[in-house]
Amino acid sequence: MFRSLEFGNCLLFGIWDLEFGYWNFVGGQMDLIFEGIKKAFYLLITFDPEVMGITLLSLEVSGIATLISLLIGVSVGVAIALSGFPGRRLVISLINTGMGLPPVVVGLFVTIFLWRNGPLGFFEILYTPTAMIIAQTVIAAPIVMGITLAAIQQLPPKLRLQILALGATRLQMVWILIKEARLPLLAAVMAGFGGVISEVGASIMVGGNIKGYSRVLTTATVMETSRGNFDIAIALGIILLLLAYLINLILTQIQQRERPK
Amino acid sequence: MDRKIGMRIILYGIVTLFLFIYGMVLAQAQQKTVILATTTSTQDSGLLDVLLPVFEKKTGYFVKTIAVGSGQAMAMGQKGEADVLLVHSPAAEKKFVAEGYGVNRRLVMHNDFIIVGPLGDPAKMKGLKSSAESFKKIASAQALFLSRGDNSGTHAKEKDIWKAAGINPEKEKWYQQTGLGMGQTLSVAAEKKGYTLADRGTYLALKKSLGLDILVEGDAILLNIYHVIEVNPAKWPKVNVPGAKAFADFMVSKETQEIIKTFGVDKFGSPLFFPDAGKKEEEL
Repeated sequence: MFRSLEFGNCLLFGIWDLEFGYWNFVGGQMDLIFEGIKKAFYLLITFDPEVMGITLLSLEVSGIATLISLLIGVSVGVAIALSGFPGRRLVISLINTGMGLPPVVVGLFVTIFLWRNGPLGFFEILYTPTAMIIAQTVIAAPIVMGITLAAIQQLPPKLRLQILALGATRLQMVWILIKEARLPLLAAVMAGFGGVISEVGASIMVGGNIKGYSRVLTTATVMETSRGNFDIAIALGIILLLLAYLINLILTQIQQRERPK
Repeated sequence: MDRKIGMRIILYGIVTLFLFIYGMVLAQAQQKTVILATTTSTQDSGLLDVLLPVFEKKTGYFVKTIAVGSGQAMAMGQKGEADVLLVHSPAAEKKFVAEGYGVNRRLVMHNDFIIVGPLGDPAKMKGLKSSAESFKKIASAQALFLSRGDNSGTHAKEKDIWKAAGINPEKEKWYQQTGLGMGQTLSVAAEKKGYTLADRGTYLALKKSLGLDILVEGDAILLNIYHVIEVNPAKWPKVNVPGAKAFADFMVSKETQEIIKTFGVDKFGSPLFFPDAGKKEEEL
């Protein structure tokens, strides 16, 4: 009986030791994350100029790209949703495929087009924020287009006729339909923005991650990680999350606004 | 109502025009731009962060540093997509110049490679003088080895050593290729407790977070030499010739060599690079 008690004790002690070791290890990793959080706080509070510059550029590039995608995406999406033409289903499936375009592949193709000696080389915009905006627009536009398509198609078909019957012009009807589909359309914008603010493959390839010029939060995070500066990398990641959250907070407010009675 | 739509169209038009002008303005800046294709080791070490502001202030050129492996840097040069290269893969560089893609290949600086590995050193190679011997030990112990696998200067050097050891590790299970930069490959080696070949500069910069030891150093084959090469404008007329020349001249100038000599001493106790401008490769 004592033997089994001893054995039991050893087993318990062994498990406790293992567990303690495990939590020690986890604690070590948590240290790294806490370091990152502290660093993020510090960088933000002191308005570190380099980080501020990177953050503003992220917002600018992804913001402009999302805006352009919104214009292209909504207009094309609405146009296709409200019309019929041979091959419409094929076009829609192409757009839906475009929603899942690998950003890295987009980056590669945009790079090849924008090379100095390539077809669009005379613009000389490779390794500039403009190139990043172009690449991010190519990534986000199909997303906005696809979701807009579905959103407009989802509206009751009789609604169109009702609006027209009340004397609205075609353009007015389109505008009212867009307002009716406000919920999914804003979701489309948030999906497009989310896709590009977090994108890194295309941004590195067409932007070049040049200090103070084409470096954004995502590309800087990759660089700091490869340099072994994990605390800075985590800090940048946290700032990126905060930025994305703030933007989406604003967009969600607009989306969820109560309809005027 | 139609007026509102009209105003919206005008707004879109203005936004588009603004973007077009923005793009044009940026394009103007290209006149004084130099595209430098270099390796991740020069960027990760922080050397360029120190040198480039000096160059930009002195000449007014804006340098776009594209940090990739030496292999990709030379591929960019071959396509005329870079103006000047700062790389460290001598055999490939000589081929590059011989094939007419580069001109004025000049020696800039050197540092050395080291073989690093886990604290236990399962292949028992610590203190060996010959890197080829140490690679043989890794093969016989079937110890985990991480390769860059990306045609970088480091990868080329690693392949040279395997060749000198008479071993082809390609299909072996203990030989893993990351395809990543030096810093990341070192991180992977540290995590998986494997061996790897690294340049001293990147190793020193990451040392505190790694947990890998220097096991073999000082072998002549481990010398890591950096050259600056201007891309040949004869093949690609869009190359910024004066800009490339200005940068190359800057790298071998006395003041720059002085900066290189002392770079890293305050942070790591020893310099990360050794200036060599004007010397012959054989003298090193």
